[in-house]
Amino acid sequence: MDEINKVIVNEAWCKGCEICVKVCPKDVFVMENFVAKVIRMEDCTACLLCEQLCPDFAIVIEAAKKEKKKASA
Amino acid sequence: MNSRTYMMQGNVAVAEGAIDAGCRFYAGYPITPSSEIAEHLSKRLPAIGGKFIQMEDEIAAMGAVIGASVAGVKSLTATSGPGFSLKQENIGYASLAEVPVVIVNVMRGGPSTGLPTLPSQGDVMQARWGTHGDHPIIALVPASVRETYDMTIQAFNWSEKYRTPVILLLDEIIGHVHEKVTLPDPDELQIFNRKKPSVPPEEYLPYKADESLIPEMAAFGDGYRYHITGLIHDETGFPTNNAEKIAEMMDRLNSKLLKYEHEIIQVEETDTGDAEIGIVAYGSSARSARTAMRKAREEGIKVGMLRIQTLWPFPVDKIYEFGKKVKEIVVPELNLGQIAHEVEHAIQDRFRVHRVNKVNGEPIHPDEILNKIRGLK
Amino acid sequence: MDYFKYLRKDKFPHIWCAGCGDGIVLKAIIRALDNLKIEKNQVAMVSGIGCSSRTPGYVDFYTLHTTHGRAIAFATGIKMAKPELHVIVVTGDGDATAIGGNHLIHAARRNINMTVLIYNNHIYGMTGGQVSPATPMGDFATTAPFSAVENNFAIAELCAAAGASFVARSTVYHSNFLAKIIERAIEKRGFSVVEIMTPCPTAYGKINKKGTGEQMILDQKNLAVRIEKAQTMSPEELKNKIIIGTLVDRELPEYINTYEKIMSQAQRM
Repeated sequence: MDEINKVIVNEAWCKGCEICVKVCPKDVFVMENFVAKVIRMEDCTACLLCEQLCPDFAIVIEAAKKEKKKASA
Repeated sequence: MNSRTYMMQGNVAVAEGAIDAGCRFYAGYPITPSSEIAEHLSKRLPAIGGKFIQMEDEIAAMGAVIGASVAGVKSLTATSGPGFSLKQENIGYASLAEVPVVIVNVMRGGPSTGLPTLPSQGDVMQARWGTHGDHPIIALVPASVRETYDMTIQAFNWSEKYRTPVILLLDEIIGHVHEKVTLPDPDELQIFNRKKPSVPPEEYLPYKADESLIPEMAAFGDGYRYHITGLIHDETGFPTNNAEKIAEMMDRLNSKLLKYEHEIIQVEETDTGDAEIGIVAYGSSARSARTAMRKAREEGIKVGMLRIQTLWPFPVDKIYEFGKKVKEIVVPELNLGQIAHEVEHAIQDRFRVHRVNKVNGEPIHPDEILNKIRGLK
Repeated sequence: MDYFKYLRKDKFPHIWCAGCGDGIVLKAIIRALDNLKIEKNQVAMVSGIGCSSRTPGYVDFYTLHTTHGRAIAFATGIKMAKPELHVIVVTGDGDATAIGGNHLIHAARRNINMTVLIYNNHIYGMTGGQVSPATPMGDFATTAPFSAVENNFAIAELCAAAGASFVARSTVYHSNFLAKIIERAIEKRGFSVVEIMTPCPTAYGKINKKGTGEQMILDQKNLAVRIEKAQTMSPEELKNKIIIGTLVDRELPEYINTYEKIMSQAQRM
């Protein structure tokens, strides 16, 4: 079974700019009390848009290791 | 015959002194009467593995020499009044960031464009306070071509030793005069280099000093990654707004030279043993004073001279002692009394200080000083 | 991507405002250096004064935070003294084109090997929002309360005309593209300039009703036009658009190279 990609938000560093909320194609984030919260981690595709565009280094994506699927004969 | 005997121009003596001190980078902008320094180094430096660049303006030149010094190369820039004014902000940067660098100002008539081809000593106060804020500075004033060579080496040694910009103040006369000099063998010179870190990179604090008050300085590119800024910083080199740390920095910075005044402050006393009338002079005016002194002695007037070699820090104590020996002090200068003011302060008496001031582009004639002395007899 | 390998982590969180693009640029710089496998001991980063000029404090390289407008001059000295170092200058629209304009054009003319990243946020942000040479005519600033009335420099075009080997422009929204052109700029032997359009929601954005930071960044998506496409469009169609892409990428004599030849010549005489 594939593991999910991990989305880690450093809430102490998040300044609540909402860029991640707006750019994520899978709506993984919502704002709660001016801080980004991950509500759909399982939908994360590790596109890295949030990680690249978070100006505060508050988001780290740990991409899941994919199991190798055997080629069909 | 010694092969290091030359008929040398003052400006060229700066260039040769710099080379013998280990200077391998020059950045500057042409300005009369200093341009010979740049022209000479543009030829000499590349031939010995050094680099020369004529920058687009004076401010850029000052920035470039600080950058090169930070990267570990001894650097020189030279200018005159208008350029010296332009360089002030970056001179302050070098002072605060404690970057060794030597700045030559071949003084000419001012203010503003002034008298580009004529001498003055009008920038002496500016050398101390030209850049804003409380900061330390060393300024040296040679009075001959040989002394210019020696003082240039001194300037580099002290800038390295004390991590400070050093200003070398020539005037147009000293810069352009040609004199016979026999230079020492460069291998016999004592050359001083900045203290390199004694700890590995992880432990290095660029602005932490021991009792010497002088921090160790790593060069960019040598494996010590650290931060240098013009913002007031703490011993880590990073900016701070903490009142205690600011006070600490300002205190160490502004007192570090005080600790070494015994070495830095240099004057030359002539015939002061029995002197009744004293002269305090510096640079080319000291040469006029020397002749006036000889003539006065021939007339039976007991004159002695204290010639200032280190202008800043000012030789307050030496002049105070001089003031106790003599009855009156004559201060000849090619400005309107900038150093006379300091002498008055040093001896705590403005009534015993007599100015011989000239700002018309001509050197002070020995007789002008002699007449002043005669009037005081 | 482990950004912290290249950063002074103990200095975080950084001082930039919520929604400011400067942190995005910093990430792109790190991805570029990481891709090029450049070691930290090989990089000197030099800055002037302004928000973008605070970047060197956060990176684990040889860092020099200089005086307003003069970063390129200091960087020239570093490069002349230690040509083996990668020298990266970070500066802003005011720092680089107003007070620093002279140094920018002469370094481009010399084509000295360094990378200059000009963060263009159309304002003097650090000092509270005064007008900059890049504030569009008609926009407001604290020193242009009746609106800005001056033309702007076409910054990238200016550098190309002055003689730079490599000039490109991007926005922070196009962060992958940004990292790629910064990589090319660093790799390129010559004077490389990247003009980076980055939002300042606090100073520029607020007074000009551009919305919050994330709105300004998303707007960049719509305003950007690739240079290849822009070449087929009319001036009216290009009004208010941001042209992104590589303006020049050419082979020209580089200053350090040329000067080293002078040194050989001088040593042979």
